[in-house]
Amino acid sequence: MTERYQRRSALAHLGLEARASVVAGEGGVTLREAPMRGLLVLRGDGGGKAFRSEVTAVLGIEPVVEPLTAARRRDLSILWLGPDEWLVITPDRRRARIERMLRDALVGQHAAVTDVSHGRTVLVLSGPDVLAVLAKGCSLDLHPRMFGPGRCAQSRLAKCQALIHQTTDAPEFEIHVPRSFAQYAWMWLEDAGQEFDLRIAPAE
Amino acid sequence: MTRADFRLSVGGRIDRDRLVGFSFDGERYSGFAGDTLASALLANGVRLVGRSFKYHRPRGVVTDGVEEPNALVQLGAGAIGEPNARATQVEIHDGLTAASQNRWPNVRFDVGAVNGHLSALLPAGFYYKTFMWPGKWWMKYEYFIRRAAGLGRAPTGPDPEIYDKSWAHCDVLVVGAGPTGLTAAHAAGRTGARVLVVDERPEPGGHLLGTRRTINDAPAGEWVSAMVSELADMDEVRILSRATALGYYDHNSLTVLERRTDHLPYGERGGRVRQRLWKVRAKQVVLATGAHERPLVFRNNDRPGVMLASAAQSYVNRYAVRPGTAAVVFTNNDSAYDPALDLADAGLRVTVVDVRTELSDLRRAQLRRRGIELLAGHAIISVRGAKAVTGVSVASLTAAATGYTGTSRRIRCDLVCMSGGWNPAIHLFSQSGGRLAFDEARGVFVPGEVRQAQFSVGGCNGTGVLAFALSEGREAGKSAAAACGFRMRGGTALPRVDVVEEVPIRLFWTVPPRHPDRRLDKHFVDFQNDVTAADIALAAREGYRSVEHLKRYTTTGMGTDQGKTSNVNALAILSETLGADIAATGTTTFRPPYTPVTFGALAGRDVGELSDPVRTTPMHRWHVQQGATFEDVGQWKRPWYYPRDGESMREAVDRECLAARNAVGILDASTLGKIDVQGPDAAEFLDRIYTNGWKRLEVGRCRYGLMCTEDGMVFDDGVTLRLGDHHYLVHTTSGNAARVLGWMEEWLQTEWPELRVYCTSVTEQTATASISGPFARRLLAALTTDIDLDRDAFPFMHWRDGHVAGLPARVARVSFTGESSFEVSVPAGYGLSLWTALMHAGQRYGITPYGTEAMHVLRAERGFIIAGQDTDGTVTPIDLGMEWIVSRRKDFIGRRSLDRADTVRDDRKQLVGLLTERSEDVLPEGGQIVERVTALPMRMIGHVTSSYYSANLGHSIALALVRGGRSRHGEQVMVPLERSVMSARITEPGFFDPEGARAHD
Repeated sequence: MTERYQRRSALAHLGLEARASVVAGEGGVTLREAPMRGLLVLRGDGGGKAFRSEVTAVLGIEPVVEPLTAARRRDLSILWLGPDEWLVITPDRRRARIERMLRDALVGQHAAVTDVSHGRTVLVLSGPDVLAVLAKGCSLDLHPRMFGPGRCAQSRLAKCQALIHQTTDAPEFEIHVPRSFAQYAWMWLEDAGQEFDLRIAPAE
Repeated sequence: MTRADFRLSVGGRIDRDRLVGFSFDGERYSGFAGDTLASALLANGVRLVGRSFKYHRPRGVVTDGVEEPNALVQLGAGAIGEPNARATQVEIHDGLTAASQNRWPNVRFDVGAVNGHLSALLPAGFYYKTFMWPGKWWMKYEYFIRRAAGLGRAPTGPDPEIYDKSWAHCDVLVVGAGPTGLTAAHAAGRTGARVLVVDERPEPGGHLLGTRRTINDAPAGEWVSAMVSELADMDEVRILSRATALGYYDHNSLTVLERRTDHLPYGERGGRVRQRLWKVRAKQVVLATGAHERPLVFRNNDRPGVMLASAAQSYVNRYAVRPGTAAVVFTNNDSAYDPALDLADAGLRVTVVDVRTELSDLRRAQLRRRGIELLAGHAIISVRGAKAVTGVSVASLTAAATGYTGTSRRIRCDLVCMSGGWNPAIHLFSQSGGRLAFDEARGVFVPGEVRQAQFSVGGCNGTGVLAFALSEGREAGKSAAAACGFRMRGGTALPRVDVVEEVPIRLFWTVPPRHPDRRLDKHFVDFQNDVTAADIALAAREGYRSVEHLKRYTTTGMGTDQGKTSNVNALAILSETLGADIAATGTTTFRPPYTPVTFGALAGRDVGELSDPVRTTPMHRWHVQQGATFEDVGQWKRPWYYPRDGESMREAVDRECLAARNAVGILDASTLGKIDVQGPDAAEFLDRIYTNGWKRLEVGRCRYGLMCTEDGMVFDDGVTLRLGDHHYLVHTTSGNAARVLGWMEEWLQTEWPELRVYCTSVTEQTATASISGPFARRLLAALTTDIDLDRDAFPFMHWRDGHVAGLPARVARVSFTGESSFEVSVPAGYGLSLWTALMHAGQRYGITPYGTEAMHVLRAERGFIIAGQDTDGTVTPIDLGMEWIVSRRKDFIGRRSLDRADTVRDDRKQLVGLLTERSEDVLPEGGQIVERVTALPMRMIGHVTSSYYSANLGHSIALALVRGGRSRHGEQVMVPLERSVMSARITEPGFFDPEGARAHD
């Protein structure tokens, strides 16, 4: 029955599809909205054997312990947010099942699984000038010597709280912002990218 | 008008193929690409470029760089007008329009110059002394003073230019790309360290390019070019030109202003960032900021045509401009000799006046070879000429240099070049927290104790000898890189530079007057603010012995140049007057910014639409389409009310309030803060956070809670749902969501780490529509099949999961209006679908969307508080009459404070209701409440916190905090207003359905 209603992106009213550039030009930076996905905040004892093994059994990935890093296996990712906090990224259609499996697996442990899929908008920024664009609003040093693919960090982008995740060394970054800030973050990135001929790409 | 051409036929770093047209004071001129406004004006024979701040004396160019005190000009006009630009740094471009400042009607004939003739009547502190009384007249005085003593004009419209900011990170930041900075950058860069070089000039090279020095037996420019190209080949080295380091803060954090388009014709700037403010974090900083030449203080040393020796040299060599035809070079040190030679070689007749008698043979020989007359042991008594130098009077100094021997002699000239030595540019060092040390022999402040990971090298370290400066630069570059973990074996050889033996400087703070009793009132120290040696002496006599007081009393160093040329001279003269030594007198504090900065750069992109995030709910578009008026709640935009055609706010709110009690109203409640609290100790945690108890709340139920800060004052409130054995969903007020989560995390992490609780913000995850009113149940029943809405099956303060309009939904029976209400929450992406489904199905029940204003009225009718409106951080739950929610059987944050003598006083301000005598009188919120109207001042007993007209009651209602209010029910009180007095009766807070039966329905 849910299918009768369109799940709306927080950016739906910006008409991004229509504005997307069809030419794969030489733009220094490309911006698009990531497709909807499952986003689960996972809390638990990162040092605990039981927790680690149950999570690994469900996801096929160990909860990462190295701060500010992410791990990926096939279509699942897990991002370190804190010593007892992770973000699990799933395909949209598998979110409910994985959420339930994690909950079931962690029964009896002090752990928590919270669905935040609708609460965040993920923007994808790629291209050779990505670092220069992000440097305008983010105080983190994202230089390849300090950051790089598989790294993630929570910080601020301009006046918006953001989770910044470098997915490839292309470089490509995924930027998670709270849903209500999505329009601000998008407008800010478009503005910051102007001098690099920012191109809007259609959502995947 | 004929224009003299002072351009040399060869040389300079200008591009003679690119002629540039510009205007100054309405006259059209031309120069070459590479010229500054100052050099181009000098090339055109324009020497008079402005009038001084106080006396309106004619002034000319003094320097060739950032320290310029005189040549401040107005660029452009209107919205793009920029005041106080230093002509010595403005690069000319086609279409540039510049104008002199602080003159009327024009720079050659200025009415204000009468102040110059009255200067004896305008001593230091004149304004303080004269315009102090009567105090209320200051407003009038100020108007005229500001007009008479102004600088440029502020832009008259919104700035159309784009400014932005960027962070930059590096291992080594090098400030200054003179020879020392370039050497440091090269030494650091070759190790592979990330190096950022910032330099204020259009091209690297620093002072060196204004000289005819050779490096490796070739013109220094060739060496600079080679260095720059090697640096460009290093992947991790970046040079920012036209970039001035403005401020140096803790943790090696610096701000740098990069001017990106100011040098371009207006037509080529479109859409580009004009200025970028860099916020740099560096592991190590190398300061290679150079030095500023010091003026000498002698009579009429401010006349147009008197300039620093190094500036004159730079105009000849860098810009191929003759700054005059006959020059007198006045010095107390060797650094003025190269300029003298360069001027002579450029065809000027040159005389050197040196206060010293012991001079080196080499220098004497160099002058002799060019036929330059040398007057050793002499000084300039006075400069002749008003709008331009026409000559000088010189005489032989006595041995003690306090007076003159023999007769004075006149020398005709149109240029006076002065050199009083060099002040290291220690501004950034000092800002960084470093202590200055005074070098007695050379009379300079140099970096002393260092407070940050930093090196000072070259000129700013007091190292004037190029060979030594280069060596310092190389060592600092290597050490800075090594400190970041970058080392490289071997090193590069330093280039060959010639070293000339120097005769020491003879410190000479004021040139004596012709007659010993003559005042030094034309011996200028601070050119920009017209402060003379006489002013400083006067200030000292009047007791201003601290250099900080001297500065404020005389205004020395307080101009836009921040006294770059004047500060050391001023404090040396103060010390001399006081008989104290300079080191003890000390300097004034160096503060950012190093040079003035536009507000645009500080604002960056935080303007217009991007000035602050606007947070919107998933239903926002619908509200916009319905013509809602919005209210800002924190960063959220919430619908305030939904006016229909022609409706006033009052009419719209009345309609919305009536609908919510008589039919069904719908409110977008998505902005409420939501925190997911999970863990075996969650109930214990909530017990400690909230004033009321949580352990007995059953799964499936909701409870209202109140939280206090440690001082027992109400902090936030909201409803919490128990979702599972160890799982709660906490609601906060819209504006407090982040603060409450931070508060919870702080207590968990710092005070109660033993509690096993996880908190996660889920504010954004759900969208919530609250439907309220007698038809709310029927409306919901039409949209759900799997939730039993029967009163008994789903009582008040319970929640159920199910589907609404086919969407996965959670429905809670909570009520902020006092009506039978259902709060329906769905995942945020479905929020708009939920809303439109409810609106559609609700049509037959007269569904009416209501905004925050109606919400406020409805809750006030029931006497429900709004934390932050009816409370202000000084109100306890008891003050609100909410003892019922304060548990005495457990501990919670703030509990102990509720037993303090002050919090149990009977006469605390307590929440009451107010009903005005006349039903239509709506009290203003914030209105002061008194018992009776008396002569002023009246004793205030409280204030109105919320006040509305209630259409449901047909009467105005208000909530108020009144001293001892709960024992005053029934009393009449007054609210005096500007033109009237409103009378009201104190009541219970709560006017409608006092038993609260309707919400249970």
